[in-house]
Amino acid sequence: MTDEVILQVKDLKTYFHVDEGIVKAVDGVTFDLRQGETLGLVGESGSGKSVTNLSIMNLVPFPPGRIAGGEVLYRGQDLLKMTPNQIRDIRGNKISMIFQDPMTSLNPFLKISTQMIETLVLHQGLSKAAARDKAIEMLKMAGIPAAEKRIDNYPHQFSGGMRQRVMIAMALSCNPDILIADEPTSALDVTIQAQILDLIRDLTARLGTAVIMITHSLGVVAGLCDTICVMYAGRIVERGPVDEIFAHPRHPYTQGLIKSVPRLDKFTNERLQSIQGQPPNVIDLPDCCPFYPRCEKAMDICKQMYPASKSFHDGCATSCWLYT
Amino acid sequence: MNTEYLLDVENLKLHFPTGGGPFSSHKGFIRAVDGISFKIKKGETLGLVGESGCGKSTTARAVAQLHRPTAGSVVFKGEDLTKLHSSALLRARKDMQMVFQDPYASLNPRMTSGDIIAEPMKIYNSRGLINMQKREIIDRVEELMEKVGLSRFFRNRYPHEFSGGQRQRIGIARALALNPELILADEPVSALDVSIQAQILNLFKDLQQELGLTYLFIAHDLAVVRYISNRIAVMYLGVIVEIAESNTLFEKPLHPYAQALLSAAPIPDPVVERKRQRILLTGDVPSPDKERHGCYFYDRCPKRMDKCQHSIPKLKDAGGDHQVACFLYHDVE
Repeated sequence: MTDEVILQVKDLKTYFHVDEGIVKAVDGVTFDLRQGETLGLVGESGSGKSVTNLSIMNLVPFPPGRIAGGEVLYRGQDLLKMTPNQIRDIRGNKISMIFQDPMTSLNPFLKISTQMIETLVLHQGLSKAAARDKAIEMLKMAGIPAAEKRIDNYPHQFSGGMRQRVMIAMALSCNPDILIADEPTSALDVTIQAQILDLIRDLTARLGTAVIMITHSLGVVAGLCDTICVMYAGRIVERGPVDEIFAHPRHPYTQGLIKSVPRLDKFTNERLQSIQGQPPNVIDLPDCCPFYPRCEKAMDICKQMYPASKSFHDGCATSCWLYT
Repeated sequence: MNTEYLLDVENLKLHFPTGGGPFSSHKGFIRAVDGISFKIKKGETLGLVGESGCGKSTTARAVAQLHRPTAGSVVFKGEDLTKLHSSALLRARKDMQMVFQDPYASLNPRMTSGDIIAEPMKIYNSRGLINMQKREIIDRVEELMEKVGLSRFFRNRYPHEFSGGQRQRIGIARALALNPELILADEPVSALDVSIQAQILNLFKDLQQELGLTYLFIAHDLAVVRYISNRIAVMYLGVIVEIAESNTLFEKPLHPYAQALLSAAPIPDPVVERKRQRILLTGDVPSPDKERHGCYFYDRCPKRMDKCQHSIPKLKDAGGDHQVACFLYHDVE
């Protein structure tokens, strides 16, 4: 990991206009990604993790979605202001994505070779033969046995874990600066998940790729990431180095999240400390702290204004009135 | 029969025929559950863990006789359910209820939450197996809703008006309606968000204390199973490879598969994670369509030996209340 910031997301806002009102799926998200860094974006369903990443790639479906404000600077260029042609040169080339369900993100009608060669010819300007060699090399790196033969298989001929390996090989084939992984292991079993996480860790370290890891699992973040951003109702409520956040979470939501997960390595007979209530409906949220109805430490000010993010000396930043 | 055990499952098998169709004979079997035995004491929680396709859910369904087992016996309160039919089975099953994984699919969207919870009572009432007045049923529904943490004023709402966690509470209330002794919970928290999952796990624990319930608790999340269970059975490819007290299993897993499974599960603590040694298994779980003559885990086992290929290890005592099916710990007979 170096100190060079390659991606800056500044005050990103993505709104969806639906019949019931405006869904502020992402409402002012700010973070930096440094070269080679692995950043975990955690939150519960509906907290805006996936929409954040679709917005970075300018892939939000319009209508009903609309990027309402903010900037996404990749090496100084704003991705949101690019023409479709310009961003196509970056998507899949400099920034690539892998998704939760590898079956729906691979084209079932095309051989793996066709799909991988297409990307390489388009972005790297390789000849078809060279692209095929490169594709086989990538599949081998991703741990596909007999890659020379398997490259001519169709996606359904691979198991779930194998398909995810193919996706990773494909995503890394153009040597991207950034890999966005959207719940890449949520559909997989525990032992296969460990294999895939190991592969992501190993390959991105070798290629120097920065990773944005979207997940709901704190365990995955703890094992893989350098930095963590905790999202709640479309905002990052707390971010900082993984060790600091897990050891001293400041935001009441982060504290609750960490305490409510049962631990595999510790026996306890006590009740789990759950967070009371339900995640909020993000339609027409008032401009207050969205967590206050569930917060044990809620104060009057929490109902009136959203707290600004405050930075601390240990590299963490928290948006909570307790600290401002 | 030992009265200490509420449920005694012996050599349970469930094979689903595959292939074929109306014009051809079937081609083979999926051996979803291939000979498992376990017992559950009254008031305890037995956790069943394993990866997808290992037969956890099928086991629960075979115990409840939702699928009739191919072989084996399921003795519940002294009666073998596999030998019972229609009304006798309905009567015996009154004390055994299920909670399902998907709180969206397991509730009828066209019934109100009150009707859903009342349905088991109405069914047993109409068959003359219980005797409850209409008013009594309504009172009981309201009592159950409060017990699982829902307001009784929600009685006339439909499932889509509830969140995932609240729906799971409705499912639990329905399971409690007939005052069961055994609850078969099939991945009841895996569809829920972390903060809601903790609420439901607490509810399961509270209800167990209050009502003296016995659980067969199925989950793929090992931390959840450790939290809720007294004893844990680890399944692989349709068989149980290890059963032990929950703490014993997590501190000293014996079977190579259990060891790999425990080492693969992530722990939400970066300091602990960095120090851990993972046992990475190679390959994928094989298809359960073949009859096996050796250890079920042979293809992926890091410690396999020659004898594992030719004979099937049986579940045997390894000291204490710890049973394991592996030739590392006992010899071929």
